[in-house]
Amino acid sequence: MNSINNESSNETIARLGISSPERIDRFMIRVALPYHLRNLAQVGKEVELHVESPVCVATVLDALETAHPVLRGTIREHESHKRRAFLRFFAAGEDISLEPPDQALPASIVDGKEPLMVVGAIAGG
Amino acid sequence: MSRVRVLVGTKKGAFVCTADGSRKDWKIEGPHFGGWEIYHVKGSPVDPNRLFASQSSGWFGQIVQRSDDGGKTWTPPGSSAEELKSPEGWPQGESNKFVYEGEAGTHRWYDGTPHPWEFKRVWHLEPSLTDPDTVFAGVEDAAMFRSQDGGRTWSELSGLRKHATGQDWQPGAGGMCLHTILIDPSAPDRMWVAISAAGCFRTEDGGVTWKSANKGLISEFMPVPDAEVGHCVHRIAQHGSRPNTLYMQKHWDVMRSDDAGDTWHEVSGNLPSDFGFPIDVHAHDPETVYVVPIKSDSEHYVPEGKLRVYRSRTGGNEWEALTNGLPQENCYVNILRDAMAVDSLDDCGIYFGTTGGQVYVSPDGGDHWSAIGEHFPSVLSVEVQTLAD
Repeated sequence: MNSINNESSNETIARLGISSPERIDRFMIRVALPYHLRNLAQVGKEVELHVESPVCVATVLDALETAHPVLRGTIREHESHKRRAFLRFFAAGEDISLEPPDQALPASIVDGKEPLMVVGAIAGG
Repeated sequence: MSRVRVLVGTKKGAFVCTADGSRKDWKIEGPHFGGWEIYHVKGSPVDPNRLFASQSSGWFGQIVQRSDDGGKTWTPPGSSAEELKSPEGWPQGESNKFVYEGEAGTHRWYDGTPHPWEFKRVWHLEPSLTDPDTVFAGVEDAAMFRSQDGGRTWSELSGLRKHATGQDWQPGAGGMCLHTILIDPSAPDRMWVAISAAGCFRTEDGGVTWKSANKGLISEFMPVPDAEVGHCVHRIAQHGSRPNTLYMQKHWDVMRSDDAGDTWHEVSGNLPSDFGFPIDVHAHDPETVYVVPIKSDSEHYVPEGKLRVYRSRTGGNEWEALTNGLPQENCYVNILRDAMAVDSLDDCGIYFGTTGGQVYVSPDGGDHWSAIGEHFPSVLSVEVQTLAD
């Protein structure tokens, strides 16, 4: 989302009359983190990240971990990058945890209208 | 006057408790890392302001935290963008990354089938006796790691996991954990570790090679009760002035070795139960030992509703109950293996924490007890630092 006037990246492209191959392929993605990871990374309820196309769970988490290295290993396993078992990913109201991590995220996430949600989905403790 | 700093790890955070040498009036700070399981907090003997903590949770995994100001502030070492790049710009390891060296292989699962070695958490942190930047970690699934850069990166001392018996190690109910690390103060390359449920192992070369040290242990639950490995050792302890003498609290039996773990003999004596978890040694008397018996392997609470620490002044066999100031009715708590410690003040202080959230101190070697706090979350570990003014 263009933080200046809240229009989506595609709307910005259209307004400015930019045509391929000069299309903007960098997106501002919102990520909502669970309470304990917010504390660990010392961030607020949401973080905003620049993510280059393709925008998918894998590239969003790559950007998140680059910006906040303390989160490495806390959402996905270090070596395998497998999602940690007690965490789930939600996008546009859907649980996408079982989708391949390189599957494109919904437009509402790419356009910044909604955050990708990382949720500690198992109760207990 | 000297001071003491008690480091309490609990199921929901860490607490730092300080008092002067009288050990009567306590200042309690915390919870640090509220909501997380803090398996262990321990300070460097070289730099007492440097503390390491193991912070973990089933949701988010393992974090190593370090304080350089005695527990006031904490940061995960090696997790800032600057620390994660070498001068050449190449990425380096992260402080919460514990990767088994080479092919991890398998150990035995509860049903005896091969099961992959999988890192779960750090159970115990043991700072070096000589270098504030060096610290050892005992982890689950059982292995030993070492950091030589203040916790920023960790490398496995894989000779232990690759011991000839490693593929046959099995977990206990609490997981297959390396929970105790002892360093010989007279020869720091000599160390002992204890693993549930594999047993005790010793290295003479700083962790490169290891020998099993379980001869004399009998575990009736095993098909071969005196096997080389498979014993559920709950804790080992030693006095620094007599490193060849080790004490062990096992899954049943209190044991003693006088030859650095080559052989063991039972010293349970007149204990009401020889099942328990912690064991520790008086700071100034290598023959004075402390245990806290619990009723049985399935009834993990003190017998008869009475919280009693037992002390032997004869290195085992003859035990006396210490009860003054401890609840003697309707008390059904347990004391976990890393939840007892001693200070080194002239009148040695003994400390322990319970699964019921109480932390007790005796400023006189166990004769009298009082509570530092009675409403902590369930206590996982207790360590104490003796600080000069």
